Amino acid sequence: MDFELTEEQLEIKRAVREFCLKEFTDEVMRRYAESEEFPWDLYRKAAQLGFIGIHMPEEYGGQGYGYLENVLVTEEMVRANPELGITLVFGDFGTELILMFGTEEQKRRYIPRITRGEGLSAAAFTEPSGGSDISKRLETVAVKEGDEWVINGSKMFITNANISDFIIVLCQTDLEVEPPYRGQSLFIVDRGTPGVDVDKLTGKLGLKPSQTCSVSFSDVRVPEENLLGELNRGFYHTLQYLNESRLEIAAQGVGLAQGALDMALKYAKERTLFGEPLYRLQAVSHKLADMAIKVEAARLLTYKAAWLADQGETDPMISSMAKVYAARAGFEVVEEAAQIFGGYFFFEDYPIERFYRIAKVIEVYEGTKEVQKDTIARFLLKRPT
Amino acid sequence: MDFKLTEEQLEIKSAVREFCLKEFTPELAMECDREEKFPWDLHRKAAQLGFVGIHFPEEYGGGGYGVLENVLVVEEMCRVDSTLGTAIMLGDFACDLILRHGTEEQKEKWLPRVARGEAVSAGAFTEPARGSDITKMDTTAVKEGDEWVINGTKTLISNATIASFFITLCQTNPEAEPTYRGQSLIIVERETPGVDVTKIGGKLGIRSSPTGEVSFSDVRVPEENLLGELNRGFYHSLYFFDESRIEIAAQAVGIAQGALDRALKYAKEREAFGRKIAEFQAISHKLADMATKVEAARLLTYKAAWVVDHGELDPMLASMAKTYAGRIAVEVADEAIQIFGGYGYIGEYEVERFYRDAKITEIYEGTREIQKNTIARYLVRR
Repeated sequence: MDFELTEEQLEIKRAVREFCLKEFTDEVMRRYAESEEFPWDLYRKAAQLGFIGIHMPEEYGGQGYGYLENVLVTEEMVRANPELGITLVFGDFGTELILMFGTEEQKRRYIPRITRGEGLSAAAFTEPSGGSDISKRLETVAVKEGDEWVINGSKMFITNANISDFIIVLCQTDLEVEPPYRGQSLFIVDRGTPGVDVDKLTGKLGLKPSQTCSVSFSDVRVPEENLLGELNRGFYHTLQYLNESRLEIAAQGVGLAQGALDMALKYAKERTLFGEPLYRLQAVSHKLADMAIKVEAARLLTYKAAWLADQGETDPMISSMAKVYAARAGFEVVEEAAQIFGGYFFFEDYPIERFYRIAKVIEVYEGTKEVQKDTIARFLLKRPT
Repeated sequence: MDFKLTEEQLEIKSAVREFCLKEFTPELAMECDREEKFPWDLHRKAAQLGFVGIHFPEEYGGGGYGVLENVLVVEEMCRVDSTLGTAIMLGDFACDLILRHGTEEQKEKWLPRVARGEAVSAGAFTEPARGSDITKMDTTAVKEGDEWVINGTKTLISNATIASFFITLCQTNPEAEPTYRGQSLIIVERETPGVDVTKIGGKLGIRSSPTGEVSFSDVRVPEENLLGELNRGFYHSLYFFDESRIEIAAQAVGIAQGALDRALKYAKEREAFGRKIAEFQAISHKLADMATKVEAARLLTYKAAWVVDHGELDPMLASMAKTYAGRIAVEVADEAIQIFGGYGYIGEYEVERFYRDAKITEIYEGTREIQKNTIARYLVRR
């Protein structure tokens, strides 16, 4: 075993932190939270420094690092500012699908614009009526006509869809097959394709600069070479992708928890109550101890899951454990940090308020905690006892 | 980073597991639990296979391995059986103090006997009036000529009734301020006149590991029995606790894993309402939660051990591992009983014993509250 990061990995962490502390100012934060616009300038800067798609191969504009390094980038960004951090790391959302299953041409065409920060990607699995269940017969259907696919249907809660270069869409391609998930396929739908209608959803609890949309497809025609991966294997491709992408979500949980702990610690040292610093009160210091344990445990699970993925030994059970634990830790640590801040937490001038508004969504997206537990139990029960 | 155990470490794990599956029978465990009996035979066999003091240097009869390997041994033993595993694990309790601070003579005298399973050791810190607070000791040692004369009482001492010697924390300078700057460790052999041991029976759990009160009345020991530096006993003890609590964390990980193993097996076999109970989401999600906690506790514990083997002890990390692993051991054992339902409440199904054995990991070697004090102290310093 070896529980230490390499010098290079520590260097990456430091570089990301430095960037975030400089760029994620309160003023910038407020501007994007109010406008609910995507922070393109920050995104381009982060991409120029190599922080977007750091785990993409160099030939496609990435840095050639692994999942663990991507986890480190995510953790530090979210730690510094969860609204902006999550928004930026979601910039390449779904691009791994192309990396994992795309043709050489698809990779060359789509990935470099993302890693250079010129474009964003989007992936559309969830449907209005389906939520976490993508194993059902999807309402979004793709039918082959000549050398084109014709897509009809709608998708819900799709990140970046209104401003992305393309949307990767999971469609039902075989309507007869049982079980239905054996008849699903992934397609790349380019921006501006006729028949694609995107509505930006507003009024979110948090994560305002990140764009969330509903997307509808009416007789959308895409060339057959836009099929991503194998025909009728889309469900399996998606599951495989989600097993790895949830590492990044776990890293968000770790970053969120660490950021909240940082703030609570600082506040507990500065604030005086009953004549002494807040942290000297045992009720507060034991809270801080509990928070630190959760952060450390969440981090170890997340690093382990990422490390396994980098060894080519992705363990879906460990990935789900990391996601479910880190997301919960994020939520609980933020909640306790708010408690330490007392009444001040409730005001937006104190950044803990932003952490609080974001904490819940990490337990919901990319597979709710309930779906994660289904996964964990499935693998657990498969093992010999 | 590297999250895998080496081939050698995996072999140690499976060797321990094989040994335990063969020797730790449920009947024996229940007997030792019921009758509060220390499993001497098993202890000797485990020692012969090198599982006692695996982290002692080879020159003192150990395996020459590190803290991580010791953690693996403890984990596997407690996983197969919480009661027997704990009893054997505690057989070398406090010997790390001799390893770290002992003279060559002290090491040669005691460590090989413990590693061979011929002697069991004990550490005597806790006093009736003070519990977790060892900053002042009522047990005193006064120098008379070339001897120390010890008076006082220690309580809740593991192995009290079977240990060959007691490493005893005494106040050697009653004037020192703060008081903990006047404490020293002294090795007291069991047969020394004036040593009196009383068994404390009726424990909730770990009943196979004997506990007792040790009193000292004008106990005279030669001055060479001083362990470590004069008046540095408190500091030696703190360092020892910081390190030894990693072993307690491993005990907790093992107990939790053992309870999970049993719950999993039962959930796959047991039927209710026409299907296996594992197919009910209320049960499968419980199992998922339990497994997640065990994995997190294991990672914290392995990391705390690895850090010691690769440089320096991190007291904050050791306390985190112990606090978390202790907590989840209780939680996981609790949920295991829940999955077993009424049968979980019956001795034969074992999980009730795991539940009873789990709780001590949140108490001894520094309560959960003491651990949190430690964590917070290091945290605010950063």
